[in-house]
Parts: sequence; C-alpha cells; structure tokens
Amino acid sequence: MTGTLTHAEREARLLPALVELTAHHRAHCAAYDRILTALGTPDTFGRIADLPWLPVRLFKERELASVGADEVFKVLTSSGTTGGAPSRIVLDRAAAAEQPRRLAEALRPVLGSRRLPMLVVDTPSVIGNRRSFSARGAGVLGMAAFGRDHVYALDEHERPDAEAVTRFLRRHGHTPFLVFGFTFLVWQYLYPLAREHSLDLSQGILVHSGGWKKLADLAVDNAEFRRRLAADTGLRRVHNYYGMVEQIGTVFVEGPSGGALYCPDFADVVIRDPVTWAEQPLGEPGVIEVVSTLPRSYPGHVLLTEDLGVCHGIDDGDWPGKRFSVLGRLPKAEVRGCSDTYAGAAA
Amino acid sequence: MADIAGRLREVFVTTLELDEGTDVENLAYREIEAWDSVGHMTLVAAIEDEFDVQLDTDQVIDLSSFRVAVDLLRSLLSEDVPVHD
Repeated sequence: MTGTLTHAEREARLLPALVELTAHHRAHCAAYDRILTALGTPDTFGRIADLPWLPVRLFKERELASVGADEVFKVLTSSGTTGGAPSRIVLDRAAAAEQPRRLAEALRPVLGSRRLPMLVVDTPSVIGNRRSFSARGAGVLGMAAFGRDHVYALDEHERPDAEAVTRFLRRHGHTPFLVFGFTFLVWQYLYPLAREHSLDLSQGILVHSGGWKKLADLAVDNAEFRRRLAADTGLRRVHNYYGMVEQIGTVFVEGPSGGALYCPDFADVVIRDPVTWAEQPLGEPGVIEVVSTLPRSYPGHVLLTEDLGVCHGIDDGDWPGKRFSVLGRLPKAEVRGCSDTYAGAAA
Repeated sequence: MADIAGRLREVFVTTLELDEGTDVENLAYREIEAWDSVGHMTLVAAIEDEFDVQLDTDQVIDLSSFRVAVDLLRSLLSEDVPVHD
C-alpha cells in the first residue's frame, strides 16, 4: 500500500532488501559492478541514503541489465521530456508480471480493489498502434486494469467528445468512477468541457500525472488545478502521481488533502543537495532520488532523477512516511556533470 | 464444471481471434501477439460478460494464462453454489 509504514519502519524493512538488491545487481550486471567498484562503494550500508545511486540519464546512454540476453522479455523505452536518446529498461518475465502488482499496491488506498468505471482523458488512438506505444499510450494501458467500461473523453482527432462523456456520466456518474489522464489533457480538455456542459464529476476519482511544464505555460499550479476542479465540476478526489519509466511500477501518490506526494511501502525518496549530494534537511529543495525494491532485472533500485523536489515532513501528513513535492526539472548542466562522472567510471 | 473450460475456450478463441489449431489450454499472457495488454482488457470484458462476473483489479492482473482463468472462474462460480459433503 501507499504509506502504511512510518519512516522508521520503512527504513528497517527496506534497507536489508535494498542491500540485497545492490549485491544482486553487482553480481549480475558487470557494468553496474564496475561503476560501484570505481566509486569505492562499500558493501555495508547503515541507511537508505547511504546506498549508491545511478543517475537516470545512464539508462539513456547504455542498456544495463541484470538478466541474461535470453531472459529479456521486454525492453521499455522512453525519450523523456527533452528528447534525445531514449532510456532502455530491461524486464524479464518476472519483472513484467511484478510491475502491475506493485502499481496496484501503490494505488489501492486511492482506488480500492474493485475496478471502477473508467473515463480515460485521452484519445483511443494513443493505443491504436499495438506494436509501439507512446509514453501516453503506455500510461493509459498501465491504468486500464484498474477500470471497467472504459470510455475515452477525446475523439480520434484529440477533440473533446462531449457526447461520449455525457453518456458515460449518465450511466456511471451516480457511483464512484475513475478518471485517468495526463494533467495537461485534463486541464485543457476535460475541465472546460465539464464547465461548458455543467457536468457533475463529484463521484469521480481523478488520477493524473505529468505535464506540469505544459500547465505552467497555461499558468496554473497544483493548488489552482484542484481548487478549480472542485469548485466548477465537483471533482474533489484528485490524486497526482509521480513516477518514471526507469522505475516502472513505482509511483508516488498525492494524498487526499493535496499538495504532497507519499511513498508506497516498497519505496522511498531522498532529497539531495545538488552540490554536495548530502541529504537535504526538511524544507530544503534538492535533487530527488527515488528508491524502490521493485527493480530486479536492471539496476534501477536507487536512481538520482533530474527533478527538483522538497521533503516537507516525515510521518506528519495524510499517510505515514515522507511527504514531498516535485518542484520541476533540474537545470540541465548540473546533472550532466554527475552523469559524465558515472559514464566515465563505467567505461 | 467442465463446461467452464469449454465456454472459456470459446471466449478466448473469439476474443483473441485464434486459429483453429491454437493450443488454447497452454496459452499464456503476452505469449502471442493478440494477447497483449490491449487484448487482455478485451478478454477480461468478454469473460465478465460470458460468466456474468466482475473481476477485481488483482484478478485482472493475475490472469496470466488460460489455466489461471479456468481456476479463477471455477472458484468464482462455485461460491454461488452451495457445497454438500
């Protein structure tokens, strides 16, 4: 589940698992072992924050796998927001099967275990090409198992489909239903549509992700997004989540009162000073490191992201554990320096 | 109960548009092109229609082979039937 463990319980439970994973990846991924050897990484670690991290960018530069070539079941790719080389994330059959289970675990406090009627704020064409999905298509498909009677809110040409949404609400609008989509699509299409047609979304549970940069261009932040949805459509159960392809299956979910993300019980975050890399005190912005016991087929259990975030508090919010926010992308140059160090060490 | 496997086989063949000779009994998720994540959701909806059941999220995620589907449906449907010693 998301946030049932206090920070101390989480540290105690995750640390041995992460130490074992680190040893596992050293034993099965030669490049990872070379990086850690070059860095002089010890074998024992007192805290999660002591564990060695890889910069996410490394997965764009090389394919790191802890499974043999014959065990590779699926390679996930994502170009990220800035384009360039895509990340390549290697899954074996076990990892591919485990990933949706963990996603379900992380979302259970928000969605429960019953599948709800699902309004997808996207166009059916995002999953039109079954051989090659965009990140958006993969996101929609990843969430599809949580819903039933899926209806798309946008038509094939990415225009709001008022009739489809109205029909969906007539059938399902009186009991809880799931609304899923990328943040900017919800804001750009569903919100104006709901306002224009005075749609009642008060039974909805919105799960949304990504695209804050696009929203910033439209001059709306998370608080305003929530306020306007609640006031104008009745949609009050709104949960942003944070996650990335390099740690597929691990998502950090916004709590019911909004404004902060929480860690699932199998994951944690560490906010680091971008100059010294030491863990930042509460309230001090820094680079987000994401930690998860899920990645076993590739060494992605401790990753330094290129996102800036801040930890607001520990065990003092909607759910136990760390309470944090994502502030945006890190200025590029700072992370490139770090990444070069690792790439050099790996070569 | 044998009927469940037969009806389920029909659902698989129709939904996934399987060829005559397909070894349905040994079919596993993602082993054939038609049973990918898109096919999976279509299959789940068809199973729910055919057997008038509602699968929960974990059951959808764990539905990884034809055999698992047979076991799941047997357990779901037997719950409605009183069991006598």
